[in-house]
Amino acid sequence: MNPSTHMVPVLRSGSQILIEALQNNGVKQIFGYPGGTIMPVYDALVGSGLKHYLCRHEQGAALAADAYGRVTRKAGVCMATSGPGATNLVTGIANAFMDSVPMVVITGQVPTALQGTDAFQEVDIFGITMPVVKHSYIVRNVSDIPRIVNEAFQLAENGRPGPVLIDLPKDISAGMGETIETLPAPLPEASKPDPVAMQQASDMLSRARRPLVIAGGGIAISDSVGAFRAFIERTGLPVTTTLKGLGIMPTDHPGYVGMLGMHGNGAANHVVQNCDLLMVVGARFDDRATGHLSQFAQSARIIHLDIDPAEISKLRKADVAIVGELKPALEGLQPENKANATWLGQCAGWKKEFAWRYDAPAKGIYAPRLLRDLSRAKPEGLTITCDVGQHQMWVAQHCSFNDPLEHLSSGGLGTMGYGLPAAIGAKIAKPEDMVICVSGDGSFMMNVQELATINRYGIDVKILLFDNSALGLVRQWQEIFFEGNYSEVHLDDNPDFAGVARAFGVKARSISEPEEVSQALDWLLHTEGAAMLHVAIDSMENVWPLVPPGKPNHKMMSAKTADQGTGNGK
Amino acid sequence: MILREHNPGSRYFIFHTPATGPPCKIMRHIISVLMQNEAGALARVVALFSSRGYNIESLNVAPTEDSLLSRLTLVTRGSDEVIEQINNQLLKLVDVVNTADMTMDDHIERELLLMKVAISEEGKAVLPHIIKTAGARILDDSPDSFILELTGANHIMDDFIWQVAEQSEILAVVRSGAMAVSLGTKVLSAGS
Repeated sequence: MNPSTHMVPVLRSGSQILIEALQNNGVKQIFGYPGGTIMPVYDALVGSGLKHYLCRHEQGAALAADAYGRVTRKAGVCMATSGPGATNLVTGIANAFMDSVPMVVITGQVPTALQGTDAFQEVDIFGITMPVVKHSYIVRNVSDIPRIVNEAFQLAENGRPGPVLIDLPKDISAGMGETIETLPAPLPEASKPDPVAMQQASDMLSRARRPLVIAGGGIAISDSVGAFRAFIERTGLPVTTTLKGLGIMPTDHPGYVGMLGMHGNGAANHVVQNCDLLMVVGARFDDRATGHLSQFAQSARIIHLDIDPAEISKLRKADVAIVGELKPALEGLQPENKANATWLGQCAGWKKEFAWRYDAPAKGIYAPRLLRDLSRAKPEGLTITCDVGQHQMWVAQHCSFNDPLEHLSSGGLGTMGYGLPAAIGAKIAKPEDMVICVSGDGSFMMNVQELATINRYGIDVKILLFDNSALGLVRQWQEIFFEGNYSEVHLDDNPDFAGVARAFGVKARSISEPEEVSQALDWLLHTEGAAMLHVAIDSMENVWPLVPPGKPNHKMMSAKTADQGTGNGK
Repeated sequence: MILREHNPGSRYFIFHTPATGPPCKIMRHIISVLMQNEAGALARVVALFSSRGYNIESLNVAPTEDSLLSRLTLVTRGSDEVIEQINNQLLKLVDVVNTADMTMDDHIERELLLMKVAISEEGKAVLPHIIKTAGARILDDSPDSFILELTGANHIMDDFIWQVAEQSEILAVVRSGAMAVSLGTKVLSAGS
């Protein structure tokens, strides 16, 4: 040991200690926005080697960090000041919480002495975020910073991932302290799958006559896609996926019956309603996936695999539960028999019956067909980020993904405005891949300011903007379930989106005729740098099929059944 | 079939009877939670109950012999499924070290009651007998009021309050909420 280290303790500021702790945890990029109480950290940022991306709204920063976390499986980091800066992060934090995304959030806070006095820009962000974080800290001592940062990353990234908040009062970030280097505590050993449950599950899979597997986002989060595909090849079981599970199976795999749920594929919804054994892997019986819960897969016994014990029997009682890491469980399941041919034939029949059709008589450009064309033309390693609404469901239905990380969508929270900042986060995480944000005219305006971020850093993000001059999914529901009583859904006063993009230095084109599609897609995919293709579509186009709320999954409405009654729009 | 208890107050008390088997029963449970003495730990437990719609009938919390740990005891009602959910969700909180459903095992339940009653002439005649029979104590006997103390299980408190109320005007009821400890050498610890 160097004897000089004993002599004078080296005092450094809390901010310097924070930056170093972040770097020790592998952080290279931060998304954020400066302000009063976080200024000491921004001061220490200069020359630190950490790359900071200035987003133009804290929500944009949080959502970019979310996408960065999804793509890298390492915590995305976002940072903002106290008060409004912190509250603007909340939607992004909740988004990461609902989709189990690793994230570390740093908020400035008023100095400790002012805490609780309603000081300028003071909010109790620790309290506000409590229901949407995996854990949170208020830092009380400079010397605690390394330990807290290490714990935050460990918690965010391990087990079921999620966001962790660190609230940092200004006197702590500006204060001087001595620190002892702390190493992250050793991780608890991952629990091995319970051998009794594993045997029961294997037996049930061997005996089942009509088995089905639901593949959920947990498989992507735990990096178990390879193990899952090997399990499916071994067993020949048919597979459906949730929204977050898209890409876990290649779309053209013979045993893959498509996405289930409210806007899922008819085949998937029929298979799931007719199965006698349902193996649910890394999914959580979300209401958008199950439809009417007590009528969901009514004759099926349930095998549930999840890392979170609280998901077991939360909504649907599991007959066998395998709690823990998915990969060893999937590798260890060895049913004796392969799925039977009669059932697989039945699944294939539904698959044929409910195959997507692209000859719908839409006026003008038909968005599903355009998305299929994009998917066919897409280069290797294309990531699509989505906003929320009709376009999001069309992407889920009509684009094919070969890896779940190619599809970034706000599943649990359904955050309009996710797409553009997510594209920024994804592109920064995977600079070599092409990233396209597919958005709608409603969602796009929720975080339109992030065009400035794209311009500022020259981020090569493509934008495909479907413009139906309406809040399409709400309009569709008003048409079907509210007798066409349209309320606050018309957006015919939309701005000139191509003009908006150009004002931010983003190249843009607008199309409205079907014959323009092919050439325009080619332009979008091959233009250098950020570019937007604005596509005007029919405002009355709907997403089909649709499982009405409160109905079981096989009671799907289609364009045909909607026209025959059930309150067609006026 | 949907069973609904009177004023369920939460979706966790509206539940479906399984197609086969006996109907779900809503039972009273005493849940003990060992948690770290961290700022916000109690708030997290309470926030979890309100955000997920579980009821809390009573709650108390105090430090243990280990200065790093506090023990929280709460009383809630729910079907077995709900109680299992509560337990699983509690264990997900980083500050929660361990939990136990005391009502699953043989246990002793106690609650402390402090009660102030106004004393009338008739009350003076019968109250001492009620107090003595219940095993309660008079902590303060002012000319017009008594302060009474009673320790016992939940239903004993209820009976006693009801008996006293018949004889005199109750001015204040202060209850600690239930506490429980299991019989034998079994304890709730960080490792168990």
